[in-house]
Amino acid sequence: MSVRLVPPAPRLRAFIARSGKSAGATADRLGDGVLRGLCVFAALLALLALLALAYEVFNGASLAIGHFGPSFLVHTTWAPNFSIFGAGVLLFGTVVTSAMAMLLAVPLGVAIALYLSMVAPTRVRGIVGPMVEMLAAIPSVILGFWGILVLAPFLPKHLEPFLHSVLGFLPIFGPAQTTGASLFTAGLILTIMVLPIVASISRDLFLTVPQEMKDGAIALGSTRWEVVRGVVLPSTASGVVAASFLGLGRALGEAIAVAQVIGGGKAIFASLFNPGDTLASKIAIEASGTINKLQTSSLFYCGAMLLVIGLIVNLAAQVITRRFETHRAAAR
Amino acid sequence: MSQLVAAGSGVEIDPSDPFANFATQQLDPARPLIASRQLRRRQMASRVIESGQTAAALFAVAVLAFLVYSVASRGASVLSLEFLTKGPPAIEEAGGGGVGPEIVGTATLVAFATLMAMPIGILAALYMTEFASSRSARALRLVLDLLFGVPSIVIALFAFSLLVVGKGYNGFAGAFALSIIMLPLVARTTQETLLLVPQGLRDAAAALGVSRWRALRGVVLPSALGGIITGTVLAVARAAGETAPLLLTNAFIGKTLDFSIFNQSIPNIPVYIYSASTAANPSGWARAWGAAFVLLMFILAVNIAARTIHARSRRKLTR
Repeated sequence: MSVRLVPPAPRLRAFIARSGKSAGATADRLGDGVLRGLCVFAALLALLALLALAYEVFNGASLAIGHFGPSFLVHTTWAPNFSIFGAGVLLFGTVVTSAMAMLLAVPLGVAIALYLSMVAPTRVRGIVGPMVEMLAAIPSVILGFWGILVLAPFLPKHLEPFLHSVLGFLPIFGPAQTTGASLFTAGLILTIMVLPIVASISRDLFLTVPQEMKDGAIALGSTRWEVVRGVVLPSTASGVVAASFLGLGRALGEAIAVAQVIGGGKAIFASLFNPGDTLASKIAIEASGTINKLQTSSLFYCGAMLLVIGLIVNLAAQVITRRFETHRAAAR
Repeated sequence: MSQLVAAGSGVEIDPSDPFANFATQQLDPARPLIASRQLRRRQMASRVIESGQTAAALFAVAVLAFLVYSVASRGASVLSLEFLTKGPPAIEEAGGGGVGPEIVGTATLVAFATLMAMPIGILAALYMTEFASSRSARALRLVLDLLFGVPSIVIALFAFSLLVVGKGYNGFAGAFALSIIMLPLVARTTQETLLLVPQGLRDAAAALGVSRWRALRGVVLPSALGGIITGTVLAVARAAGETAPLLLTNAFIGKTLDFSIFNQSIPNIPVYIYSASTAANPSGWARAWGAAFVLLMFILAVNIAARTIHARSRRKLTR
């Protein structure tokens, strides 16, 4: 005798349909829809913000782009009274100050990260780590204010003559200047800004290196530095590069602190101790007092260049990080 | 066997026989381990480099300490109740006065920016973790990371051309620019916390027949609250010190005490410090140091507080 099995599906469906008509379920479905809609809306707003930003900046720059074209990048005259604008000096200043900041901050930052992840006792780690990150929280305007009133008077009296006497055969270390507002000071301020970024990201990276790999190297007789050189650095090198790119993005785009200490130079000098200007600092200094449309538009041109450079640098950091993560996942 | 006994008992060994020497040395259990010269060199190199790393960390801490000391030693002496509440002095050279309007103005601007950035940031984070496909979540994450990487001076130009050109300086443009700076910070920290909320909580809510939005409102968001607050508070600290967006939207401040945000510049601390640093006249520097001290203490305190909350909520979630 076979048992007659009633498939429950129709009944269940009927039950769900009945209960679905209750007021609570309608509210639930409505709530789900509304929340999803709000979330999609917020996501689109974020995308819109980025697109509108790019559009507005390029739109503002269109006059200058049409007027000067790509030669804007190499011309070194910036004369608002004669409506002649060129960003050569600004590009030079941006490259020099950022390069100086990277040259100083990357080795220092990696060294700090190694100290925090390999050398320091746990208790010291818990104090020094947050302090290094706190350095990144200091507002750029305070850093710049300190830079021009405390650091800038000190440098031409002590550090600059020393560097000139020891390394004076290099043209970048010319004779000391009087004010201390210079590319050199700006580079040092940028170093302080980039340092915590490189240090904290690299430290997090070094902490992800599997303990087994480090233990293995130690068991083979490596000293701690040999573990770093043979295991830790090779397996995190691309991540450190990505961290440096993020720091570079910060250095290239910093306007306020640089505007405060760089001195507003109008020409290209070989010596770092001379005043200069960067793309970002020029915008900060002149944007609220432009005398003609072409000047405003030229400042937007500088902004557009900063935007493109910033996006490229950050995109590069993202690509490297993604590849690093998939590489890591595959290695596990 | 006889050699083994001989090793400890001072039996003379023929120095011309290297093998005899080798054997006795190897078998002497009392002989201390002495590193070879090469090993000593490697250990020395390691130690030298490690002290270099320690020195680098000390340097960073020293820079922070010196910075805070410089600001505190010059700013703390100006600090008083009058400094925190009064406006600028009637005559600049007479000294005195304070940054009361600037403090209120910064608070107003940051509050408006938070009102705009916080809901959008949280909703965008919810979209990434709860609703989007992994592909669109990744895309939005990239958009937010790129937005985070846009220099603040470029964001300032954006707000300037969108909301200032043709209208004149106004507080809203500044708050808008600050909110764009805050948005990726809020969204990314919220997202990271939401990812820490165990999937089991969501599944349990669904199994009980709770609808999605009720589960999010009643279960997921409350357990991620610590992280969301941390992210927002850190974004507030960041926005409070941002100068570039306000310099292009809220410069030229009159001596009024009016905070109508849509019509005029709102006085604020960052632009105040910036204009003091570009002024040749040192009479305003003392007050600028005081303002810098107030701002720095606020930001450091907020950062420490946020760190504490963050550590606690993370412990709760990952336990």
